[in-house]
Amino acid sequence: MTDLELKQAALSVRKGIIDGVHSAKAGHPGGSLSAAELFTYLYFEEMNIDPKNPKDPDRDRFVLSKGHTAPGLYSTLANRGYFPVEDLLTLRHTGSYLQGHPDMKHIPGVDMSSGSLGQGLSAAAGMALAGKLKKKDYRVYVLCGDGEIEEGQIWEAAMFSGFRKLDNLCVIVDNNNLQIDGPIDQVCSPYPIDKKFESFNFHVINIDGNDFGEIRRAFEEARQTKDKPTAIIAHTLKGKDVSFMENSVDWHGKAPNDEEYKIAMEDLRKVGEALCQK
Amino acid sequence: MSEVKKAATRESYGNALVELGEEHEDLIVLDADLAAATKTGVFRRAFPDRHIDCGIAEANMTGVAAGLSTCGFVPFISTFAMFAAGRSYEQVRNSIGYPHLNVKIGATHAGISVGEDGASHQCLEDIALMRAIPGMVVINPSDDVEARAAVRAAYEYEGPVYLRFGRLAIPVMNDGPDYRFEIGKGVVLREGKDLTILATGLCVHESVLAAEQLAENGIDAQVINIHTIKPLDEELVIKAAKQTGRIFTVEEHSIIGGLGGAVAEALSEKCPTKLTRIGVNDVFGESGPAKELLHKYKLDADGIAERIREEMS
Repeated sequence: MTDLELKQAALSVRKGIIDGVHSAKAGHPGGSLSAAELFTYLYFEEMNIDPKNPKDPDRDRFVLSKGHTAPGLYSTLANRGYFPVEDLLTLRHTGSYLQGHPDMKHIPGVDMSSGSLGQGLSAAAGMALAGKLKKKDYRVYVLCGDGEIEEGQIWEAAMFSGFRKLDNLCVIVDNNNLQIDGPIDQVCSPYPIDKKFESFNFHVINIDGNDFGEIRRAFEEARQTKDKPTAIIAHTLKGKDVSFMENSVDWHGKAPNDEEYKIAMEDLRKVGEALCQK
Repeated sequence: MSEVKKAATRESYGNALVELGEEHEDLIVLDADLAAATKTGVFRRAFPDRHIDCGIAEANMTGVAAGLSTCGFVPFISTFAMFAAGRSYEQVRNSIGYPHLNVKIGATHAGISVGEDGASHQCLEDIALMRAIPGMVVINPSDDVEARAAVRAAYEYEGPVYLRFGRLAIPVMNDGPDYRFEIGKGVVLREGKDLTILATGLCVHESVLAAEQLAENGIDAQVINIHTIKPLDEELVIKAAKQTGRIFTVEEHSIIGGLGGAVAEALSEKCPTKLTRIGVNDVFGESGPAKELLHKYKLDADGIAERIREEMS
C-alpha cells in the first residue's frame, strides 16, 4: 500500500475507535489513537495474516500488551475484515464479544488475551520461542505502552528474549509520554527506554510512530536484524487527530459525550478532506 | 517385615515427564532455576532442546508458557508452590486461566513438609488460590504412583491443571494391580460406619494409619482419598456424608479454602453434615525437619487420630 492508502486506512481505524468508545460510554481512546498508524501498518502491510484464516499456524502473531487500547486493535481488525465494522458499536456492551480488553477466546484475530499490564511481552516471547523450536518463519509483534513498561515483568521478558536471541520478535513501545497519573517522566520515569532495551540485548530503533515512512523503514530493519530481538521506540502523540484529545491525560480512559463525539468526528472528517487534496 | 517403599512426589513428577516426553514431542518443560529441586533435571538431560530454564523470573515463565501453548506446545511450568501459585498468581489467572490455555503447573515443595526452609517457602494457600480460578483443575496426589498417573492425566486433559507435589519422601500406597486414576474421582480406601476422613496429598497415608489406630479405640472410620480438589467429587462426598453422618477433612494446607473449604461449601449447600477441618490452623509454618513439623502440627497419624478421638468423644 502507498503511504496515502495507509493514511486513509488509519483514518478509518480512528473513526472506528471514536465510534466504539462513544457507543460504549467507556474505554481508552487516547492510547488507541496514538497507535493508529502502528496498528494499521502491522495489519495492512507488515504482517503475514489472512482474516479468513485467523488461526493459521504459520501466520504472524500480534500481542496487544497494552490491552486497554483494545478499541484501536478492534477497529483495525474490523477494517481489515476479521469481523463487521458495525460490531464496533457493541464494544463493552453486555453480551458483546468485543470485551473491554482483548479476549482471544471470542474475538477473531486476537492472538492473546491481555489487559493486565506487563504480561503480553512474555506471551509474545513464548510464541517467538515456539517458532524457533518448530523452525517456522513467522514473526511475533507486541505493542507495549510506555507507562506499561514500569511493570517488572516486562524486564524479565526482555532479559529472556535478548538472552534467547529471539530475532523473530519485535517489541513496539508506544511512547506517547502520558500515563493515567500524568507524564511518564513525572510519575515514575522509565526513560531512557532505548538504552534499557539495548542493555537487554535488543536492536533498538527510535522513530516517529505516527509517520508511515519511518514505521516502514523500522519494520524492514527489524526483519533484517539477526540474533537479536528488535525494540521500536515509537514516539507518538496521544489522542492524535482529535483536537481536544491530543496530548491530554484526561482522555486516557474516558469516552466522549454526544457533543464531544460530533467534534471528534468533524476533526477526523477534516483529516480525511486534507488527505483527498493530496 | 519388608521395608516400605518411599518416594517424594516431586521425583514422580520429573520421572513422569521423561516418560511422557518420549511419547509426545509437543511436551515442553519450563523451570525457574530450580530444576534440581523440582526434579525436572532428568527431563533436561533426556530432552535438552525441550527444557527451557527461564531463570529466577516466575512471572515471565508463566507468560512464556502461555505463549508456547497458543502455538501448539503443552508446557509444564515447574517451580515451588509458593512461586507458582503465589508469586505468579495473577499471571496464572490472566495469561492462562482466563484464556483457558493448555498449560500445566507442576508445583513442588507444597505445605509444611518443605521442612527446614521454613514459613517463607511453605505454601499453605495454593489450593485456595488455584481452585478459585474458573476452569482450573487442582490435583494433590497421595504418592508416587498417583503422582505419575496425575501427570499423565494432566497431559491428556485439554486445559489448565495445577499439580501439587511434595518434597518429602512418603510411602507408596497405590501400587495395587487394580489402581486407576481419574481426574475428579475420589477413591475409597477403607470402609467404616462411624465417620469419614476425606484426605488429600501426603495426609492420605497418614489418615489410613490414623483409621487403624481409631479402630483400636472402637471407632470405625471410612477413609477416602480426594486427589482432585477441583472438580471435587461431590457425589462421593455427599454419599459418604449420608452414610456416616460425620466428616473430617485432612490436608497439609491452611484450613481456609483448601480441601476443607471445598468440602464445607459442597456439604453446607447440598447435605449439611457436621464437619471438622484438620489442616494448618490459619498460621504460618516454621523451620524444622518435615516429620517433626507434621507431628507438631498434628498432621501425622498420631495427631489426626488424637484430634478425631477428641471430636468424637
